[in-house]
Amino acid sequence: MKAPIGIPWPITLSLVAALALAIVPVPDPLAPARPEWLALVLIYWIMAFPRHVGILTAFAAGLLLDTLQGHLLGQNALALGVIAWIVLQIHPRLRVYPVWQQMIVVALLVALFKLLTLWPQGAIGLPPGTPWYWAPVATSALVWPAIYLLLRDVRRRWLLQLT
Amino acid sequence: MALDHRMNEFQTVRNALATVTYPLQVAVDAPVRAGSRILESFTSREDLITENRILRRDNAELRARQLRFDALQMENDRLRALLNTAEKAEERVQIAKLLAVDLDPFRQQIVLNKGSRHGAYPGQPVIHADGVIGQVLSAQPTSATALLISDPGHALPVLSARTGLRGIVVGTGNPRRLEMRHVPPQEDVEVGDLLLTSGMGGRFAPDYPVAKVTAVEHQPGQPFLDIQAEPLAALDRSREVLLLWTGEAPDAAEPPDAFDTDREEPGPTPPPDGS
Repeated sequence: MKAPIGIPWPITLSLVAALALAIVPVPDPLAPARPEWLALVLIYWIMAFPRHVGILTAFAAGLLLDTLQGHLLGQNALALGVIAWIVLQIHPRLRVYPVWQQMIVVALLVALFKLLTLWPQGAIGLPPGTPWYWAPVATSALVWPAIYLLLRDVRRRWLLQLT
Repeated sequence: MALDHRMNEFQTVRNALATVTYPLQVAVDAPVRAGSRILESFTSREDLITENRILRRDNAELRARQLRFDALQMENDRLRALLNTAEKAEERVQIAKLLAVDLDPFRQQIVLNKGSRHGAYPGQPVIHADGVIGQVLSAQPTSATALLISDPGHALPVLSARTGLRGIVVGTGNPRRLEMRHVPPQEDVEVGDLLLTSGMGGRFAPDYPVAKVTAVEHQPGQPFLDIQAEPLAALDRSREVLLLWTGEAPDAAEPPDAFDTDREEPGPTPPPDGS
């Protein structure tokens, strides 16, 4: 069976939801600890459907995130592309890990993501300059089980025919 | 990324992408706005009456002041005509609302609901009833992103209302704190000094209040004073701001550079206001 071109609507919808979550207003003290929703959702879908969702999707979604958050164009896009590539390499292993082990991998991936987006910020002379910058690493790992269970249900309900 | 940082051509790409993402911003903003509207509709009658009374009093007071202002304006025009200066202090303002969306928590930016369709242009001053807020960074058809004066990438030429001392106010990333840089220790700066825009950058009209000095320190051995100031406008609390069109028309030939390079440099072009 040929892999159909295009991304199924539940995946698109979840990516849009992740983008919306990235800009939903939260109280100021919590703002730096916002999990990297988009990265999490992308990690799950690439892990589940590496033939449908890949680096290009990650890059496009990252560009939209750049625009939404007012970053340099390409800052999130490149970092998400790199993350996507790594997930593509390790997805067979990642799939069979228990959730707590996945949480560790997710934390490492998000840390790498934050490191990659830190670099252009430093290059233009605007480093965040506080350890809070790294808070999403922990919070992202903590919300991963929820994302995982939710998206797994989505996959089982609507996307069973996909490989 | 380097291209985006260095060149203005990417602004069009960014604008195109922003048009795509704008519905998402509105969608996120809508429930928040609806929530506050519902809360408003629950305010009690007494509250409304008190508020009404306060507003009416303010209105009367402001009107009385406006009368005097008109007279002064006319006098000013006449005097300027006598001096043969063509400078006109004509201004137009429009209220813009903030969209309730969070951007990068480590940058100080806001999204406004007025865009290039309403005449907003990059570099346009954004003010509030209490003082300067920032300037428009990029204008999409129906929304605009503004950089607050508290962003570490923003610098604003100011002058002290008491002594006329000129300086540059730079953001720190903290919405309650600004820094005034490069002031030599022998200069006269005191806590409580009011800082106004000097108009030297050519972007803000002169004499808008910006900040109040809160601390002056001199570390021995340092060539400059450590001056901290607090913005007069509540940068992190206002839901509505004013877009300002000053006398000079928006010249599209000179949009700000890419992201952080839109510092206002006191260039040689604008002459100091006739002193």
